[in-house]
Amino acid sequence: MSWIEHLSPTQQFVLFSTLKVLCVIVVLLPTIAYSVMAERRVSAAIQDRVGPNRVGPFGLLQPLADGLKFILKEDFTPAHVRKVFFWIAPAVAMVPAFMTMAVIPFGSTLGAQKMVIADLNVGILYTFGIVSLGVYGIILAGYASNSKYPFLGAIRSTAQMISYEIAMGLSVIPVFLCVGDLNLGQVISYQSNHGWLVLYAPVSFVIFLVAAFAETNRLPFDLPECETELVAGYHTEYSSMKFALFFLGEYANMIAASAMMVTLFFGGWTLPFFGLDQPATGILGGFLHIGIFMGKMLMFMLLFIWVRWMLPRFRYDQLMDLGWRRFVPLGLVNIVATAIFLWMRA
Amino acid sequence: MTTEYDPYLFLAVFLGIALVFPLAPLGLARLWAVLYSNNKPGPIKNATYECGLESKGDARVQFRSDYYLYGIVFLIFDVEALFLLPFAVAFTGLPMGAIVAMLVFLLLLVEGLVWAWKKGVLSWT
Repeated sequence: MSWIEHLSPTQQFVLFSTLKVLCVIVVLLPTIAYSVMAERRVSAAIQDRVGPNRVGPFGLLQPLADGLKFILKEDFTPAHVRKVFFWIAPAVAMVPAFMTMAVIPFGSTLGAQKMVIADLNVGILYTFGIVSLGVYGIILAGYASNSKYPFLGAIRSTAQMISYEIAMGLSVIPVFLCVGDLNLGQVISYQSNHGWLVLYAPVSFVIFLVAAFAETNRLPFDLPECETELVAGYHTEYSSMKFALFFLGEYANMIAASAMMVTLFFGGWTLPFFGLDQPATGILGGFLHIGIFMGKMLMFMLLFIWVRWMLPRFRYDQLMDLGWRRFVPLGLVNIVATAIFLWMRA
Repeated sequence: MTTEYDPYLFLAVFLGIALVFPLAPLGLARLWAVLYSNNKPGPIKNATYECGLESKGDARVQFRSDYYLYGIVFLIFDVEALFLLPFAVAFTGLPMGAIVAMLVFLLLLVEGLVWAWKKGVLSWT
């Protein structure tokens, strides 16, 4: 590795940052594509159907075929839309989902590099800031479509997402009362020393889990795109690749939410046995930690998919009621209770 | 090799690549459309989607003012959550007075929530 030492610091920075970011993207894209595939296969299994199994062995090439089809479909822009916003909305919906991943530590170390893209000391604040931006893609899509269903869908979705953002924001505070640091790497090292935070803050976890379903617009909270009332909600007027970006953005959001839950409540890349809770020393251990993280994340993805095919949809008044009149007071009580408990113990 | 870099620089690089990801397929699809399959618009195809019925009136329909009220309440509580995070981080080393002050702040916001609840802002009718 001597040639690395000869590079200037700037060149080293460019090399390492590009490598790290490329690795994340290379892992992330197939994960998104195959979570769509997994959704279709799992739903088929639940409903006693076969599901997509024709393209390649066990239908494993289906995501490729889907991608190709999205590109070849007619790239149609209806005449009544506001063209500029109509075009940027899918991109705006997609980017925040990716940006959330940047602060999540997906492994301990590999060589001398920490396995996190940006090790911010305000990790969780950054996450909430970026998650809030997700609303813009949806409201832009609804506004730009210049059509009634997307408009109503976008407004509903905005109200739903901001409501559950409050519940989500309040739910994580007990976690940070325990940890005492906003950096997500510190959250994980706390958990490797003291045990998983889901044991300390189970109420927080429940609120966060439900809020994550609402934030990603998944059933039982998929009111923004509820077919029986609003056709397809904010992306009714979208087709081909632009629709695909909304669709993939939803899965990217699910992956980001799963990764957040694993990091905050389930110990991130650690496992409490075989000494797997300390940063890896070798290359093999580093990959093992990344594998553990991915494994935990995929469990949550399966939960997302499973719940979708098990539960019916909430009504809008029930949804808002649950968010504002159940979870916000519960979150506040949870904060005070945790604070008093920690204070009594200290 | 162990030089520490500003994490925000990594973030900037990541933003660049995250932007490429949605823009590249959009561009590719557009390119394919321009080269091989031009748009074939028609009056039906261009029409607003409304379940087969002819679209009536403007798309800017009136909607419930309740959405605004939720938006306003959201602003207050989102800022509250932001204030609570630094409190949570500093919690272990705080003196008694600071904790009581924070609980009073929390109580004021709970009062706001109770007020909004009593006013019926939070119930969707």
